[in-house]
Amino acid sequence: MSAAILSWSLWAAQIMLALGMSCAVFRMLRGPRAQDRVLGLDTLYINAMLLLLTVGMASGRTLYFEAALIIALLGFVGTVALAKFLLRGEVIE
Amino acid sequence: MTRLLPYPLLSAALLLLWLLANQTVRPGQILLGAAVALVGGWALTALQPPKARLRRPAAALRLGGRVLVDIIRSNIAVGRIVLGLNGRRERRSGFIDIPLELRDQKGLAALACIITSTPGTLWVNFDPARGTLMIHVLDLIDEEEWARTIKGRYETLLLEIFQ
Amino acid sequence: MSAAAELPVWVAILTAALVLLGAALALVGSIGLLRLRGFYDRVHAPTLGATLGAGSIALASMIYFSALETRPVLHEALILIFVAVTTPVTLMILVRAALFRDRAENDDPLLRPGEGVARLDADARDPRETRG
Repeated sequence: MSAAILSWSLWAAQIMLALGMSCAVFRMLRGPRAQDRVLGLDTLYINAMLLLLTVGMASGRTLYFEAALIIALLGFVGTVALAKFLLRGEVIE
Repeated sequence: MTRLLPYPLLSAALLLLWLLANQTVRPGQILLGAAVALVGGWALTALQPPKARLRRPAAALRLGGRVLVDIIRSNIAVGRIVLGLNGRRERRSGFIDIPLELRDQKGLAALACIITSTPGTLWVNFDPARGTLMIHVLDLIDEEEWARTIKGRYETLLLEIFQ
Repeated sequence: MSAAAELPVWVAILTAALVLLGAALALVGSIGLLRLRGFYDRVHAPTLGATLGAGSIALASMIYFSALETRPVLHEALILIFVAVTTPVTLMILVRAALFRDRAENDDPLLRPGEGVARLDADARDPRETRG
């Protein structure tokens, strides 16, 4: 009973998070402007981190937690670097 | 005390994070975590950040509760907007200027985190010369009411905590 | 999932509800990224997944692993603290970058007609102050 409830809900959650990731990828590819793409990346990494947490629960191992933590760290650094580049980079003449 | 532990709150937070990451309260790990916390506190003296004290913890707790309630409420509100469940009413988004009395750096930083992490409102800019805060609101019905909400719900408590 | 079968049913139901809530919120936020018009509206969308979405999934993970290993497993709180601190920073820098870029192209969103800007003097602010 418990195993069925958990496996079905985790499966549904993983599908929802994967759909959310594809929405974010669409926004990354489509733009229209650079800031929209960075925003898409931000959403993408948050969804990926949540997906890893659910994968960890489905596998019953805490190993995936570390992967989620690293994605959160690197995603933050990456999006801040890109946003900083937009703030400083090309448009100043 | 000040030489050994220049930032006691920060060192305590570091120790707590260390124990959380290692998931243990074994004495060995507490010792290691205490070493990390001490060195972290000394390293921070090089940056010389302004000292934070835990004044009025009751007010801080009240603020935390309020923010939690508001995050849940505005999650629902923004979710309804995204899914188009807010009726046929025309939605308008826009920027608002709000005059603030809060000047403390840490208080402003806390307010920025609160406003931005509540879905539907976003911190854009604070003008220290005029003391006005510009935010972007997703569902702008009444500018006055947003200004009252920010000032009444958050700023009074932040003033109490930080000034 | 072999060990999960021995969990009490209420733990399973609580975990399932929290996980589904969090995933649904993250999905709604991501859909908002597609559906909302204009960048300044879209910035609000990812906060759904980053606040309550991440909160409920992390809480579910804490409950599930604590029940599975019969000891308190709280390290998901680290992710929560980290996300709560970093998401506002990212979004604020991104909005400043967007404002700066729009102004550099003479398309100041504060001066756009129909944007509903409740401001008095738009000229008083120098766009260069947004450079960190």
